[in-house]
Amino acid sequence: MSSSTQTQHGGSSFFARHHILEKNPILLVIGILIMVAIGGLVEIVPLFYLKSTIETVEGMRPYTPLELAGRNIYVREGCYLCHSQMIRSLRDEVERYGHFSLAAESMYDHPFQWGSKRNGPDIARVGGKYTDSWHVSHLMNPRSVVPQSIMPSYAFLFDTALDTRELEANVATNREVGVPYTDEQMANVMTDLKAQVSPDTAEAAALLKRYPKAVVRKFYPGSPEVTEGDAVIAYLQMLGTLVDFKQFDDKANLR
Amino acid sequence: MQTVSQPKSLWSGEIGLIAVLAILGLLCLYIAIKTIEPAYAFHMGLGFICAAIAIFAIFQRFNKRDAARPPLEINGLPNYNFSVVKFTTVMALFWGLAGMAVGVYIASELAFPDLNLEPWFNFGRLRPLHTSAVIFAFGGNVLLATSFYVVQRTCRARLAGDLAPWFVALGYNFFILIAGTGYLLGITESKEYAEPEWYADLWLTIVWVTYLLVFLGTIFRRKEPHIFVANWFYLAFILTIAMLHLGNNAAVPISLFSSKSVIVWSGVQDAMFQWWYGHNAVGFFLTAGFLAIMYYFVPKRAERPIYSYRLSIIHFWALIFLYIWAGPHHLHYTALPDWTQTLGMTFSIMLWMPSWGGMINGLLTLSGAWDKLRTDPVLRMLVVSVAFYGMSTFEGPAMSIKTVNSLSHYTDWTVGHVHSGALGWVAFVSFGAIYCLVPWLWNKRDLYSLKLVNWHFWIATLGIVLYITSMWVSGILQGLMWRSYTPQGYLEYSFIETVAAMHPFYVIRALGGLLFLIAYCLMLYNVYMTITASEAAAPAAQPSLQPAE
Repeated sequence: MSSSTQTQHGGSSFFARHHILEKNPILLVIGILIMVAIGGLVEIVPLFYLKSTIETVEGMRPYTPLELAGRNIYVREGCYLCHSQMIRSLRDEVERYGHFSLAAESMYDHPFQWGSKRNGPDIARVGGKYTDSWHVSHLMNPRSVVPQSIMPSYAFLFDTALDTRELEANVATNREVGVPYTDEQMANVMTDLKAQVSPDTAEAAALLKRYPKAVVRKFYPGSPEVTEGDAVIAYLQMLGTLVDFKQFDDKANLR
Repeated sequence: MQTVSQPKSLWSGEIGLIAVLAILGLLCLYIAIKTIEPAYAFHMGLGFICAAIAIFAIFQRFNKRDAARPPLEINGLPNYNFSVVKFTTVMALFWGLAGMAVGVYIASELAFPDLNLEPWFNFGRLRPLHTSAVIFAFGGNVLLATSFYVVQRTCRARLAGDLAPWFVALGYNFFILIAGTGYLLGITESKEYAEPEWYADLWLTIVWVTYLLVFLGTIFRRKEPHIFVANWFYLAFILTIAMLHLGNNAAVPISLFSSKSVIVWSGVQDAMFQWWYGHNAVGFFLTAGFLAIMYYFVPKRAERPIYSYRLSIIHFWALIFLYIWAGPHHLHYTALPDWTQTLGMTFSIMLWMPSWGGMINGLLTLSGAWDKLRTDPVLRMLVVSVAFYGMSTFEGPAMSIKTVNSLSHYTDWTVGHVHSGALGWVAFVSFGAIYCLVPWLWNKRDLYSLKLVNWHFWIATLGIVLYITSMWVSGILQGLMWRSYTPQGYLEYSFIETVAAMHPFYVIRALGGLLFLIAYCLMLYNVYMTITASEAAAPAAQPSLQPAE
């Protein structure tokens, strides 16, 4: 198959007109930008204003300071590379993990942690499924409780005191990008952090008022101070527990 | 300064870069002192040291250089600037070794979890190091090297800018250094394939804009009336990556003195941004950029013209238009609205057509030169890469169909699919290009050993076959086990049983990766020997007619 120079460079008008782009870098740049902008605009922009994108549900609230600190460690360690937090609307997933994930359940997640690979199970609803001491043993040495597990050990989390010096700034920045922390919540970041590991105190009661359904316990009793392990377990124990699916009305969101 | 014939003074570019580096360096020093995070202080300290070294190097160069700028042409021939091309080629070879070695290690971690050494060498911290090192460090340097080479050759013009190309090459590799060490130290945004934190992202933005300017500047200098097709692809790659990078990494740092930032998007919108970015990092970084390599190096090596000019026009515009829509196929059956999922699936299937158009254009370029496949292992590597491109761009649309995806998603099938593209297409076309480039750049007659190229080809191909087939089996097996029911209507397998079933395939996969790595080391040796020991090329680079004997 050989085509002569004439048919290549002259010939039909469409291909002849392409010469204009080939000879003008600025037009070529503009053409490329238009072509690659369209798909993104059509798929992304409506997600910000179509009301049906995120359901209205009851129970969603911002993370407590300790949960947020735990989530930061989850992000830091790259847990999303092996654990998804997105239960698909498929029969086996719903039976294995619980109700399929709602968009509303991750609406305060900056960044989202849906994940893309399950080297381990989905943990969108792991909250309340295991005891704190199971989590401690599992994080310290996964194979001590699940012999065939291929998860790395995270024992160092329990030797490392939680660094809280930047937590207030972190909460403030979350509010800046749209997480509805109240002024009261903003003012009590450090007290709420300590309150969540101090059950049966007035501070803990105040925390529960500000953050309903928060789990208040000393998650890792092995250390008197608040460790990174405490924060991670506090986060894991609340995952998927905020929306009460006995109350959730699927039909209410049909539009 | 001594004056010889004409007074030597700093050029405005040198002064400007020194000023920018001085300001950034001092800012880094200030942050390094003030921050309470040791890892962030380490990065800022690195920034300060590298800025200081760069300023010192500019003055060193000033002392050695001529007063006049290097001529654009010598004796009517373009005075090409290949020094940056050489540097980025070597960096690509270095990062390739690092990235593939980490890949073999984390593959082994999945088979033998005791290899996880907490906290630095746990799977969760090493995996981004592997993906970034092979995609952005190895692939990125290959793209820098080849684009700077191809744009000069096909425009018959010297690379634009004096220090700018070096700023791009060194700045980009500095970004890689910050990103890679950051993952190990726990600095990450946990956005897949876009893990570096805000300050690394800002730095990359500066570097990338300079890259675009150097590339465009060279095109503006061209002596050819037409912009060659490979340069369209490079241009689309540079522009689109800039757009994706800015969109997906929109983040607010919690303070100037903290490495931590909070991404502006959340939940479902963040997911859509992420896979709009993620899939088009594949589409524009790993596809458009490397298709540019195909459009230059395959015809060059085969010594045949590109099969069809019209097909390349259709291929180009259809590919860049359709690719950008494909992202939502990573989010089937999730909380992303159905209409977006369906759009993503539809466009992914349509994408099959331009992808195969490109493959056909590459393969049929060999018309009349197929015999060379037997004698030239470099050309064989290039052609097989295009064949792998065809295979994975067929597999991809198939996997984007919702019913197929319900099985394949979250499993190793995806990992296998990625690697048939990454090892078979991206790595092979890069190897082919590097095998072509090295003798050209270092002025050698030919490679040190074509036999070693042949060994490289066959061992690596065997590695790929082991990798892909084991991941097909494990992925489909695990997907089927997850959805398997007993006759009584209960789920048949617990999750951990499906993990245990993966073990033999993880061992085979690690072996496949190891073979690929071993073969790669043959290439490193071959390139090293070519540079140091091969016979020099004939001095007259321009083609001249040989008198008949």
